[in-house]
Amino acid sequence: MGRTLFSSLMLALTWLAWSGHFDARMLGFGGASVLVVLAITHRMERLSGMDHDPHVGPGILLYVPWLLWQIVKANVGMARILLAPRLLLSPQLLRVPTSQRSDTGRALYANSITLTPGTISLDLNNSSILVHALTLETAQALQDGEMDRRARRCEGRN
Amino acid sequence: MGAIDVLSWIALFGGAFFSILGAVGLLRMPDFWTRCHAAGVTDTLGAGLILLGLFFQAETALVAIKLAMILGFLLIAGPTAGHALYRAAHAHGVPFGPETEVLAANPATASPGSLEGEHGSD
Repeated sequence: MGRTLFSSLMLALTWLAWSGHFDARMLGFGGASVLVVLAITHRMERLSGMDHDPHVGPGILLYVPWLLWQIVKANVGMARILLAPRLLLSPQLLRVPTSQRSDTGRALYANSITLTPGTISLDLNNSSILVHALTLETAQALQDGEMDRRARRCEGRN
Repeated sequence: MGAIDVLSWIALFGGAFFSILGAVGLLRMPDFWTRCHAAGVTDTLGAGLILLGLFFQAETALVAIKLAMILGFLLIAGPTAGHALYRAAHAHGVPFGPETEVLAANPATASPGSLEGEHGSD
């Protein structure tokens, strides 16, 4: 119940930040949107048996800037490959182990892999992610495990 | 033209450059899986730099908040949609290019054949 109240409050604040209109009609739309989102969320949680713990701690504040920097570097690498007169590709299929303890942590890691150009995640289970890498270098960078360790440090208590 | 405008232009042109680069990659890449990588360029630095350029032009905090949130949504929705596509393609056996090397991260991945056998393992 407290959770629902908190969600409603956050959703309402988000709506206000996006709309910036405070007349009755817009506030009405906002209230209706909050109710619809809450209803859908409850339904999803009932269907998937999802727990409520977001599993992400303050470490995410360090992780996001690091990830953005990795994305910039990976894009420069992609630019080099794509603008070369001949495409020098060495596609790799590999399975990288995951050390995260929660679904959220694994999703964060898998999403980070896809977000970094040069590697995409195809499939994941509880202990590893199947990755397609465009070149041997991007595959090796991933096998270093730095992103895995950093994603793990984002996880909160559990 | 102030310094902010200059930064804004640089970011906007950078974003345009990486968006076009993603399209170039999509056309140049030889097969489905390599093309997926090119799309990531447009998704991340292409969209990111364009939003950053617009961020510099934001006249009110509200506009700036909206742009920052759009970027946040893109960075979550992009790879999620991408993963849905890649997972579906993998599950339906879209073939990997002939030069694709399979690195054995564990014994179960010794050959592409055994990888194909892992469908539905979760």
